[in-house]
Amino acid sequence: MSNNSMILSSRRAFLGATGKTLSATALAMVVGSNIKTAAAADASQDIEILNAAIALEHEGIAAYQIAATSGLLDPAVVDIGVTFQGHHKGHRDVLVKAVETLGGKPAEEKSLGAYAADLKASSLKNQVDVLRLALDLERGAANAYLGLIPSLGPDYHQVAAQMAGDEAFHAAILANALGQPIPKAALMFG
Amino acid sequence: MKKLSNVILCFSVVLISSSVVAKDSVNSSGREITQVTSQGDSVPPYAVSEQLVVKGEELYKRRCGGCHSLDNNRIGPRHRDVYGRKAGTVADYKYSKALRNLDVIWTDQTLDEWLVNPTAFAKGTSMGFRLKKADERHAIIEYLKFLSSASSANAQ
Ligand code: HEC
Repeated sequence: MSNNSMILSSRRAFLGATGKTLSATALAMVVGSNIKTAAAADASQDIEILNAAIALEHEGIAAYQIAATSGLLDPAVVDIGVTFQGHHKGHRDVLVKAVETLGGKPAEEKSLGAYAADLKASSLKNQVDVLRLALDLERGAANAYLGLIPSLGPDYHQVAAQMAGDEAFHAAILANALGQPIPKAALMFG
Repeated sequence: MKKLSNVILCFSVVLISSSVVAKDSVNSSGREITQVTSQGDSVPPYAVSEQLVVKGEELYKRRCGGCHSLDNNRIGPRHRDVYGRKAGTVADYKYSKALRNLDVIWTDQTLDEWLVNPTAFAKGTSMGFRLKKADERHAIIEYLKFLSSASSANAQ
C-alpha cells in the first residue's frame, strides 16, 4: 500500500514535472517564434516606410535640381537651393543605408522629366513661384516625417526626427525669403 | 504633348474648383451647405460641408502635400476621386502588396481609420503617416469627398 502510493505519487510528480517542463518549452517555442516573426514583420514594415521616405528625398533632390537650372532664380538663391539639395542627398544616403541594413531594396529615383511633370514645374514663372513650391514641399516633408515616426520601429525614430528638423529649417528660411510672418502659435509642425 | 495638355487641363480644373470654393466660402461662411444631394453618403454626388472643405484643402496641402497630389502620382498615389473608390486601384501607381490586397472602399469611416494608423489598418503598407487630430482628419476627408463629387459633376 505504502509502496504503491509512493510509486503513484512519484509518478504523478514526474508527470506533473514533465508536464510543466513541456509547457515551458512549448511556451518558449511559441514566444520565440512570435518574436522572430514580429521582428521580420517589423523589418519589412520599416523597409516600406523608409522607402517612401527615400522617394520623398529623391523628389526633393530633383525639385532643387529643376529650380537651380530653371533660370528663374538669383544666383544667391541658387546657392541656397544647392545647399538644401545637399542636405536632401545626405538624407537619401542615410535612408538607403538603413534599408540595405534591413535587407531591403532602396526605392529608385524617377527621371528628372517625370518629377518636373509631377510637380507641375511648367507652371513656375518666377522666383516667387519657385520659392513657394519649395516651401510647400519642405513644410510637407517636415510634417510627413513627424507623422510617420510612430509607425517606424524605435531604431529609426531619431533618424526620422533629424530629417524633420532639417526640413523645418529649410521651411523657415524659405518662408522668411517669401516675407511670410513668423507663426504666432507653438507646435508649427506635426 | 497629350500628357502635357492633360496636366494643364487638370491644373486649370484645380484652380477653378479652388477659386469657386474660396469665393463661396466668403459669401456663406459657417453655413452647412449641401453641394449636391444624394442618397446618403455612399453614392456620388456626395453632400459636403463647404466650411470644412475650405479648411480641409489647406490642411491637405500641409499634412498630405509632402507625399500626395490630386492629379499626379508622387510618393503616394494621386487623390482625385479617391473617396468612394476601392483601395489600391490607381492604375499607374506601384502600391505595396498590402494595399493591392486591401479589400476596402474609401469612405468616411475607412479613411478615418486609415489615417489614425495606416500600418494597423493595412499591415505592410508604405504609408506610415498618422494624423492624430480627429478634426483635421474630418476636414481632410470632407475635402477628398468634395473632390470626388466635383469630378463626377465635371465628368458629364
Ligand atoms: C510620407 C508620405 C505620405 C504622407 C505624408 C501621406 N501619405 Fe498617403 N500614401 C503614401 C503612400 C506611399 C501610399 C501608398 C501606400 C501603399 O501602397 O501601401 C499612400 C496611400 C494613401 C491612400 C490610399 C490611396 C489608394 O489609391 O488606395 C490614401 C487614401 C492616402 N494615402 C491618404 C493620405 C492622406 C489623406 C494624407 C494626409 C493626411 C496622406 N495620405 C499623407 C504616402 C504618404
